[in-house]
Amino acid sequence: MCLAVPGKIIKIEDGFAEIDYGGISKRVSLRLVENAKIGDYALVHAGFVIQILNLDVACELEKFIKDTVDFTDEDEK
Amino acid sequence: MFNIKSSLKIKDIQRKIAELAWGIGKITIMEVCGTHTVSIRKYGIQQLLPGNVRLVSGPGCPVCVTDKRDITLALSIATQEDVIFTCFGDIMRVPCDGRSLYSLYEEGKDIRIVTSPLDALTIAQDNPKKQIVYFGIGFETTAPLTAALIEAAEARGIQNLSVLSAHKTMPQAIIHLLKDDNTIDALICPGHVASIIGAHAFSFVPEKLMKPAVVAGFEAYDIMIALLGIMKMLHDGERKCMNMYPRAVKPQGNKEALSLLYKVFEPCDALWRGMGKIPSSGLKIREYYKKLDALSKFNININDDKFSINISDEKLKDTKVTSDVMRNGQDETNKCICARILCGKNIPPDCPSFGEACTPANPLGACMVSSEGSCAAYYRYSNLLHGDIG
Amino acid sequence: MNGKITLAQGSGGKAYRELIQKVFLPAFFNEYLRPLTDSAVCDGGERIAFTTDSYVIKPLFFPGGDIGRLCVCGTVNDLAVSGAIPKYISVGMIIEAGFEVKTLVRIANSIAKAAEEAGVIIVTGDTKVVEGGSADGIFINTAGVGVFTKERPPVEQKVKLKDKIIISGYMASHGMAIMAARMDMEFKPPIESDVAPIISLVDSVIKSGCKINAMRDPTRGGVAATLHEWITPDIDIVIYDEALPVRPDVAAACEILGMDPLYIANEGIMLLSIPECCADLALKSLHSTPGGENAAIIGEVINGSGNIYSITEYGTKRRIIVPEGELLPRIC
Repeated sequence: MCLAVPGKIIKIEDGFAEIDYGGISKRVSLRLVENAKIGDYALVHAGFVIQILNLDVACELEKFIKDTVDFTDEDEK
Repeated sequence: MFNIKSSLKIKDIQRKIAELAWGIGKITIMEVCGTHTVSIRKYGIQQLLPGNVRLVSGPGCPVCVTDKRDITLALSIATQEDVIFTCFGDIMRVPCDGRSLYSLYEEGKDIRIVTSPLDALTIAQDNPKKQIVYFGIGFETTAPLTAALIEAAEARGIQNLSVLSAHKTMPQAIIHLLKDDNTIDALICPGHVASIIGAHAFSFVPEKLMKPAVVAGFEAYDIMIALLGIMKMLHDGERKCMNMYPRAVKPQGNKEALSLLYKVFEPCDALWRGMGKIPSSGLKIREYYKKLDALSKFNININDDKFSINISDEKLKDTKVTSDVMRNGQDETNKCICARILCGKNIPPDCPSFGEACTPANPLGACMVSSEGSCAAYYRYSNLLHGDIG
Repeated sequence: MNGKITLAQGSGGKAYRELIQKVFLPAFFNEYLRPLTDSAVCDGGERIAFTTDSYVIKPLFFPGGDIGRLCVCGTVNDLAVSGAIPKYISVGMIIEAGFEVKTLVRIANSIAKAAEEAGVIIVTGDTKVVEGGSADGIFINTAGVGVFTKERPPVEQKVKLKDKIIISGYMASHGMAIMAARMDMEFKPPIESDVAPIISLVDSVIKSGCKINAMRDPTRGGVAATLHEWITPDIDIVIYDEALPVRPDVAAACEILGMDPLYIANEGIMLLSIPECCADLALKSLHSTPGGENAAIIGEVINGSGNIYSITEYGTKRRIIVPEGELLPRIC
């Protein structure tokens, strides 16, 4: 369950954020998250930001994947 | 941006999964999130896996697991005079004894699809003479949103809004379902539930159920790396809960959402369609917010699978329906095998009604109702083409 | 003329004539309408195309269009994809008493503008007024006549082995515009419907000299529904997911509302099945026609057994099923 779509916070006002989904934006509630900032990427579910995405932690995961999979040459830059 | 579309990368992961799966026998992996089910079908993930790795769908669609009692309750409330009934589109077509919220809507009842619980608040403010009821469906991802609605309605002193809660929590159901199981080898845990309750909340899977688990995202790449993680663990004989969706899932989840969730709701026993009563797997509205609880507003008494609405209206007598749902793995009509499908013991085509008596347009069982329901997703994205795949 | 529509205005008497004179004639006036007789007398061809459709859309006005524009384009496009040159349309209205005259004027003007754009003439019409509560504002029926010529014979409407499937523009825009408006999604900017006449697009392909085996406007049920009308037991239709053109805002809205663009209605594009040898020519002529800039080859017809499926970007297959039931947004 739980269709949630990522987007970028472009405006914050009165506990609501304007989320840019690339082409359209929509106003959603920030009631469920703390410290949302303009420029953050947010995960939105049914009109609410349910999590601020943390794009830095993905490195560790990338490391696991790289260590596990022997990627073909074309893929490595 | 998050969509890593390198098919080359996917091919490499696919190759590694096949390598890890080689020689370890038949592997069955369960996903317990309807959006995973949809993604897996949509991207044809099963076709990327070796023949000995099979994916099955667990009880991850909140519409599927909403008990007939709760649907009947919703129908009863929606037929009351001066009620505007609001709900997500997913639940509209869930059939119950030949009726659904959609059929009431077709008859002209004021039933409105909302895309956020807060829409119900707007409707309540715009219609002061009507009673607005919001049908709360969903797991830990969605329940905090309903909590936010209740909190806002309370803070603003809104009198004409109430919530019918059929919210459920995931871990208890998984434990209930898989505690004596020996058919499922590993679990793909629901990424968006985990973004609220945290990756650690799924550590019971390796610890209590003795199965490896991964918390996964929803793109094809996310699912493939999740499967890679699972196959690596199975191959190495490890049992952990790996967080393969760290961009959205913290170890402890979303504290703000959780604290609001439990400020408004408390755990209760819940009926799951196809599985019966599961202790402490439901969410009921706390006493403090009683005025906003539809059960209290409409004088509804619930006693397990029976309920009564205490309204002195002759024509509503027929709404005093008892909800006797499947308790032994088959529903009352014996026409669908919802329960076995929800539990991952069968796949949709095993059901004699699948695609015949039961289609998305005319669903028998709840698994066919939501486009995320195991059967609907299977029907929509069926991989059975030419017999050469899946 | 102001105020609200009354039952008397549907009675055929003085009030009715006044409505015709003050609202419809100023908007629609042409030589065919001038006599205000029971039937229009028009020039026809040897073979004609004749179609009708009723419009009950809610909301009446939506981003990118309104019921007036829709009721012209819908009917005209049905004529155009048959291969005919659209000529004449009728406009029949069922109006609920109490309807704002101002709104009716707006709709009438929109009908007139769309008809002009499409190059068709409104030759006849009818108005009925029903009691408040027996209709939802306004319902419109339009019928249309198009003519075939030697150079413009009817399209056979039979897809053939090795045909290429071409789409003339972005898909799913109309359906998502309507859903977003009905759900009060308040997207910024609002999603606009693609409702438009496709006559010039049809003309460009026909004039390029390329053979058209089948041509449809994929309205309700979207591209998926049209493909299902085309399929026969001896062929498969294969679609390439990556080739499907969807406007970025529409794609985002589809994701947010849990919709698959293949199943969403369109009102300003067409789907063509073109022999392999002509496909590039057809594509080129579409690309050089306003409104056809985003045309694309999205699939092909191969030997098979009546399956329709798409190839995902990962090389896997997924079946495209018959769309069923009204599409509802989903959250869970």
